[in-house]
Amino acid sequence: MAYRIKVNGKVREADVEADTPLLWVLRDTLDYRGVKFGCGAGLCGACTVHLDGQPVRSCQTPVSRVKDRAVTTIEGVGESAAGKAVQAAWLAHDVVQCGYCQAGQIMSATALVAANHHPSDDDIDAAMGGNICRCATYIRIRAAIKTAAASLAKAG
Amino acid sequence: MNKPVLTDDLAAPSRRLLLKVGLAAGGGLLVGLAPAFAAAAAADTAILNAYVRIAPDGGVTIAAKNPEIGQGIKTMLPMVIAEELDVDWGAVRIEQAPVDFKAYGAQFAGGSMATPLNYDLMRRVGAAARSLLIAAAALRWNVPTAECDTTPGAVRHTASGRSLLYGALATSAAALPAPDLAKLPLKNPKDFRIIGQSHHGIDSPKVVTGQPLFGIDVVRPGMLYAVFEKCPVFNGTVVSANLDEVKAQKGVRQAFIVKGGSEPAGLRDGVAILADSWWRAQKARKVLKVVWNEGEGAGQSTAGYAARAVELSKQPGTKSLRKDGDTDAALAGAAKVVEAAYAYPFIAHAPMEPQNCTADVRGGKAEIWAPTQTPQSGLALTAKTLGMAEADITVHMTRCGGGFGRRLNNDYMVEAAKISQMAGVPVKLLWSRADDLQHDFYRPAGWHFLKGGLDAQGKVIAWRDHFVSFGDGDKFASSAGMSGTEFPARLVDNCLIEASLMPTQIPTGALRAPGSNALSFALQSFIDELAHAAGQDPVAFRLALLGEPRLVGKAADGLFDTGRARGVIELVAEKSGWDKATLAKGEGMGVGFYYSHRGYFAEVVKATVAADGSVTVNKVWVAGDVGSQIINPTGAETQAQGAVLDGLAQALGQEIVIAGGKAQVENFDGFALLRMPQSCPVEVHFRLTDNAPSGLGEPALPPVAPALCNAIFAATGVRLRRLPVDTELLKRA
Repeated sequence: MAYRIKVNGKVREADVEADTPLLWVLRDTLDYRGVKFGCGAGLCGACTVHLDGQPVRSCQTPVSRVKDRAVTTIEGVGESAAGKAVQAAWLAHDVVQCGYCQAGQIMSATALVAANHHPSDDDIDAAMGGNICRCATYIRIRAAIKTAAASLAKAG
Repeated sequence: MNKPVLTDDLAAPSRRLLLKVGLAAGGGLLVGLAPAFAAAAAADTAILNAYVRIAPDGGVTIAAKNPEIGQGIKTMLPMVIAEELDVDWGAVRIEQAPVDFKAYGAQFAGGSMATPLNYDLMRRVGAAARSLLIAAAALRWNVPTAECDTTPGAVRHTASGRSLLYGALATSAAALPAPDLAKLPLKNPKDFRIIGQSHHGIDSPKVVTGQPLFGIDVVRPGMLYAVFEKCPVFNGTVVSANLDEVKAQKGVRQAFIVKGGSEPAGLRDGVAILADSWWRAQKARKVLKVVWNEGEGAGQSTAGYAARAVELSKQPGTKSLRKDGDTDAALAGAAKVVEAAYAYPFIAHAPMEPQNCTADVRGGKAEIWAPTQTPQSGLALTAKTLGMAEADITVHMTRCGGGFGRRLNNDYMVEAAKISQMAGVPVKLLWSRADDLQHDFYRPAGWHFLKGGLDAQGKVIAWRDHFVSFGDGDKFASSAGMSGTEFPARLVDNCLIEASLMPTQIPTGALRAPGSNALSFALQSFIDELAHAAGQDPVAFRLALLGEPRLVGKAADGLFDTGRARGVIELVAEKSGWDKATLAKGEGMGVGFYYSHRGYFAEVVKATVAADGSVTVNKVWVAGDVGSQIINPTGAETQAQGAVLDGLAQALGQEIVIAGGKAQVENFDGFALLRMPQSCPVEVHFRLTDNAPSGLGEPALPPVAPALCNAIFAATGVRLRRLPVDTELLKRA
């Protein structure tokens, strides 16, 4: 059946089965290919998007459960102050190696710093523990999160 | 041929790959370049060689020849060209080069070979373009070229102060005869402005905004999405499948059996399902029932191999790798003999981007988009498998979501090509994570039965290693081999290294720092055992083993520089405060050293073992020697850090268990990649030495596993001789 979902501020329609994961609706039906498939089981975080600002694994979210919640993807996250700060910090720290997991990392990090402008190392571990980076760019991710959070704290 | 040619002929490239410009006779590149030259000239852009294009408005485009897998090569090799071309980095546009052996030579990502093979060549490519621009300006001004110089993006006549931008000279420069690459003057490294400065990944702005760059992101008009089910038992074949039931599933357009061959890394039997979305194709797999002929692989298991390895260790090895002196006699006369058996498991690559490929094979032509480390090998394999001429196949390199050696094999490429050929439509094949973990070319398991002899002063006088590995007859399976030169061979007078090989159906292959990533654990842990048996400090013991700075070995095997080895061990000891660190209860420091992929690396791990046996790595110090120049410092640091954390993850938790001929793993819950909470600070130092720059994707990885296990020993007194780390052994009552 046809589902209407709001993605990055635009209402989009997808004619798919109710159990279709949001990941595949975004990637293959609606062309948000920045959202990445890594495991299909909620174990790696590559597919992380926001529903009403909260990070969720889109591979574990059937499209039928999205309802009227706002979907934000990596393509749209830069519209928010937190997302923009995180993307800028990612570049400033030259975080990216292969880059495949980074969309998911950025979505998790954005949700963290939007809610917490002074994340401790434990906060970062807790918020980012579900996102695997096979290149192991964690050292720079941690530094970039602190930079992004500090810039948001400064901006008030 | 589906393995990269890792040539060691480093002196050759600049002579062999003579760049020719215009219509001068001779030189392989002219043939490949001439048509492109004509086409580009019409578009008013001058091609100075296969790598450099300059538009009349001064826009400089540099081609990046090799696949980008996260190692940063798409940024680094163009930096080297830009340096000698003398342009501002910010003004350069970088393009992924097409796959074209005639124009670019070997294009692959593997063996940390991009720097050794290309550093000098890329400098000469940039210098060639610069010399042409200078020659064009000199002609225009009617002055000797020797009176001309460049500033970034412009040629200047020093005496008269005249200056012309590259864009104004490009078209006339492209018509000039090409210079002799071997004779071009190169910059003094002291004058480098780009090399040696940190330059961020050039595609990172696209990555952080989610733009489609990866193989999985390719979309072609009219394409169908495919899944491919292979026999869970390696090399099993299809007898039959319930294709009609599969075809009745929603969205499924085609389903068919693909018959493969017997080449280990080629096309194998399986069932293809094509649907209008990947989710529907994947869902249809749930009703798929295949009758497999599991074949002779069904009986194999990792437990069986481990038992067999112990049996073989009791017999003499069947393959001799090294025999120096009289090891038996030296052991018999030794003041102390240490004996230990080490083992490490099969492990998977698990790059974050699952294997995928998009192929359009119709009307006798094939076009392929693939995340691959070896596009040229993939093209050759596809041609052979599909019965097509290589000239009828185009392979596009996409960014790879990780490589780690997995994408040296192009099995997924040939699957996509075959499925598209059979279906008659463009196809995007995408594996599930289970497909990836269950159909890898695994880092092979291995066993080392070691004996070391010490004299009364604690000097190593005998070394014996019986290596039990995989292979057929006398031939090691892929990446299951060992050379007779692995450290500390060549440093111990009585040295016997031999191997026994077990045949296997389990596909094996290169994983980041192949061979070394596993050998280092066994050999460097055992050296630590010898140090403790000798009552010596592990750093001092290694330095004594190395002796005075000198070159050891034979040129044909590659020489080993004990001075470079000493240099990194001394540096890491200094930086980690090895001699003066005060340690908390349960905390220990361990050292490891390894030489691989032309790089000398020493690492110190500080780790804490809790009462419940859990291990926390607090910090790792790295000292590396990859020659005279760190080309891109930010990239170098992150490669070393990533390799170290990768090695820690392998040691702490990775193992692929085979039972009933099948890999017993479904997803990341059964294969532990490192996560943020396990990450730790990794402090990287490079020691610059007067040696040709070499690569960094791999050599920082091998020392960390033994350094970790040696730290655990220092903390607990428990010697770990099997990976991954078994915390049960570390529990304190």
